[in-house]
Amino acid sequence: MGLKPVLTKDFHTENLEQLSVYERTGGYAGFKKALEMQPDELVELVKKSGLRGRGGAGFPTGNKWSFLPKGVYPRYLVCNADESEPGCFKDRYLIEKSPHQVLEGILIASYAIGCNLAFIYIRGEYLPQHEALESAIEEARQAGYLGKNVLGKGYEIDVILHRGAGAYICGEETALLTSLEGYRGEPRLKPPFPAIKGLYGKPTVVNNVETVANLPHIVINGADWFGAMGTPTGKGTRVWCMSGHVNRPGNYELENGTPIRELIEEHGGGVWKNRKLKAFQPGGASMMVLLPEHLDVGLDFDAIQKAGSLAGAGAMVVMDETTCMVDAARRYVKFFHHESCGKCTPCREGTFWMSNLFDRFEAGEAKATDVDLLLDIGYSIDGRSFCPLGDASTWFPRSVIKFFRDEFLEHVSEKGCPFKKMAQEAVA
Amino acid sequence: MALAKPTVEEIKTRAARYPSRQSAIIPALWAVQHEQGYVTKESMGEIAQILGLPPSLIEATASFYSMFLARPEGRHDVVICVNAPCMLRGADEMAAYLGQQLGVRDGETTTDGAITWHSTIECLGACGGAPMMQVDHHFEENLTPERIDSIIERLRTEPAPHGPKPEKAAAVARPRAKRTQN
Ligand SMILES: Cc1cc2nc3c(=O)[nH]c(=O)nc-3n(C[C@H](O)[C@H](O)[C@H](O)COP(=O)(O)O)c2cc1C
Ligand code: SF4
Ligand code: FES
Repeated sequence: MGLKPVLTKDFHTENLEQLSVYERTGGYAGFKKALEMQPDELVELVKKSGLRGRGGAGFPTGNKWSFLPKGVYPRYLVCNADESEPGCFKDRYLIEKSPHQVLEGILIASYAIGCNLAFIYIRGEYLPQHEALESAIEEARQAGYLGKNVLGKGYEIDVILHRGAGAYICGEETALLTSLEGYRGEPRLKPPFPAIKGLYGKPTVVNNVETVANLPHIVINGADWFGAMGTPTGKGTRVWCMSGHVNRPGNYELENGTPIRELIEEHGGGVWKNRKLKAFQPGGASMMVLLPEHLDVGLDFDAIQKAGSLAGAGAMVVMDETTCMVDAARRYVKFFHHESCGKCTPCREGTFWMSNLFDRFEAGEAKATDVDLLLDIGYSIDGRSFCPLGDASTWFPRSVIKFFRDEFLEHVSEKGCPFKKMAQEAVA
Repeated sequence: MALAKPTVEEIKTRAARYPSRQSAIIPALWAVQHEQGYVTKESMGEIAQILGLPPSLIEATASFYSMFLARPEGRHDVVICVNAPCMLRGADEMAAYLGQQLGVRDGETTTDGAITWHSTIECLGACGGAPMMQVDHHFEENLTPERIDSIIERLRTEPAPHGPKPEKAAAVARPRAKRTQN
């Protein structure tokens, strides 16, 4: 347990973004080795490794690959680099530091599933990262890792870098595919899943940046090596994005199962300004809040779920005793309202009303009964929305009401935010 | 304003790479915005012609995405994130300071046409370096009032990152689609 740099092992190496430097650290050896294997062998290897998707849902990667219907071509691989979940900044880091590692993972995945044209969908705001990937693709093409006949092995692969333009929903895989086809980025009904009917109606695998970045290491070191790290159902490492009230925010690659306490207290240097920890939120904006009593929970999909939240996309937002939980929830609700694609009523209208109610609490205009009204709206969104964005918009606010209902009531009785008043009094 | 030749060529080249021409709509909108600073109905018509698609389709797509601008803005685009992880580290105070130093409100352009700024609830992927902002899509992290001052000073004289100088934008509030101010 603890710090375990696998993906980030060579990140201190200068100019790692250049092909020659990346190759010197062992780069592209995984892809070369993969090309010597049968695609099916690779799928089995990844299945056996136990790698689960790092994009949020934690779906086993090898299984996802094996859902592609036999004999149906062309097939597409789409690397999801839309990272927009508030609290997450790991994909940006992985791309920035080592774009070739991401590209190598894409090439391995493409070869394994029999794809000759892969896509990277990167969020529009990540312009420097777009440039890093663009030069990596060009360098790799020059070196023969991409092209009609890769390294003389008869395999053809091209990679198209596609820049999004500001829509969180396009991180959801079906919305991403719709957007990649040139339409408004609205989600599609599942099933059919992308593996059956994805991009241009063809079998498609969507994998996250961090997921594919694991592949070169699994190919080189084997499934047993990978499986030896982490927990029985959460193999390997994850890059955790720590933010908020800690002394040293940033990305930390830890073996799965490492206690949350170690991440926050040791690596993050503890809560800043000698204050007390109030709450923290794993996973990203969508996920439920946890309390200091959960500090010994392991950083692992199943353990975090058992504790009442979700590991999601690997965020860790730390909140000290001065945090207004109502305002934190308000921001997230505003975010979801802003990002709702508008396709279905529960999400479009529900996030609007939740956002309005939160503004009322903030302005000191809410009634005590508004807390239950918020819960009611939450219930009418969750489980009734077309895609998980709607459902997830209710999870953090509802968990905050569960643990911090008093703070809502104080906003009512004090006609405004008690924390803001406290801060103002401290200055005065 | 008709599209410049290199822009037209770029759109054609991009379109040829995708299995469907329609996939080139967003890349084409980017190419136009890169050249002209914003995307007009007229240039969407041109895109439609180049790609052989109905103009309504280009407009429907463009209107979904918040990063395509319908009007000229300042030479530099400054966006400061105020979602919860950034709020925890003082983003509200930095946003207020930025607005005060620029002398215009959230969503407006400075009178010299140098800077358009707005706050956003969209996380910009730099919560570990909060408070943060993006300047022409480049990351500026761990902001302090001093850092904001020096960035503003630089932007006042620096040319636009690409494209011709857009017309001087007026310092008026312009409500923009899909952008929430806090
Ligand atoms: C609203 C929403 C936003 C999402 N955003 C992202 C994202 O930015 N990046 C990502 O990899 N997955 C995102 N996902 C998950 C994807 O739908 C998909 O599960 C993932 O890309 C699959 O990759 P993986 O199996 O490697 O995790 C999002 C899901 C939802 C519902
Ligand atoms: S839940 Fe929200 S984001 Fe998802 S389809 Fe419905 S309106 Fe769109
Ligand atoms: S919340 Fe502001 S950059 Fe992530």
